Amino acid sequence: MNWVTIGSVALMIGMLVFIYPRMKHAMKNSPKGTQQDWMGFVIPLAAVIGFVVFLVMMVRG
Amino acid sequence: MLGNQSVASRPIESVLATNKVIRNTYQLLSITLVFSAFAAYLSIAMQASQGMGLVATIAGIVMLWFVLPRTANSATGIPVIFLITGLLGFGVGPMVAYYLAVNPSIVMTALGGTGVIFLGLSGYALTTRKDFSFMGGFLMVGMLVIIGASLLNLFMGIPALSLTVSAAVIMIMSGLILYQTSSIIHGGETNYIMATAGLFLSLLNMFTALLHLLGALGDD
Repeated sequence: MNWVTIGSVALMIGMLVFIYPRMKHAMKNSPKGTQQDWMGFVIPLAAVIGFVVFLVMMVRG
Repeated sequence: MLGNQSVASRPIESVLATNKVIRNTYQLLSITLVFSAFAAYLSIAMQASQGMGLVATIAGIVMLWFVLPRTANSATGIPVIFLITGLLGFGVGPMVAYYLAVNPSIVMTALGGTGVIFLGLSGYALTTRKDFSFMGGFLMVGMLVIIGASLLNLFMGIPALSLTVSAAVIMIMSGLILYQTSSIIHGGETNYIMATAGLFLSLLNMFTALLHLLGALGDD
């Protein structure tokens, strides 16, 4: 294991430690979304997925 | 009468303040993106190693976590955000240099693709004015899962897992762009420096994930 991998591991562990309490806070305090709210997220996400598939097909030529 | 005026003018003041945050955020985001691209160019020109890139990235993230929140409410926040975006731009330089050597068109496609996705999602959040605050917990869990999977894959080295993580990063960053933009619109984020930092990170992560995905699935 080279030192770049060790550094990457350290960075990711640091990120996990940093994000975990924020995740717990967000889980507790975020308002609950309705089905309509989630649909408002799913539609643009589907468009993003479609666009990424298009980009992959374009790159594959 | 005076009381009524005060009540009536409050929402207008609030809308004006929100518009100011949006305008300042997009202005600062554009300048920091150009600055970051310049830092990435410097990194490529200097032929910076992967190790140098990692050190710059770690320095940028440490500043983002510990220095920016303390300086974002003062004038010092501006040079700090430039330093952070410069370091993060320098950090992606070696990766961009690698893909430029393999197939330069992939880098341009990833760059253009990131721009189109960002404009599309921002436009969607700004025009519909939907409140995406309900996604906070979901996005945080998603980020945690992605980081955990990336960490696992550093030891296991499974290409399929790496591609899955990249695809998941694009989806989570898309959600974060919607969440952050909605947060600015609805007054959840009133500091344009912090808003810029959040959007910049989402864009950078999306660009690197798209680059990885296109590089792996492309012909080269």
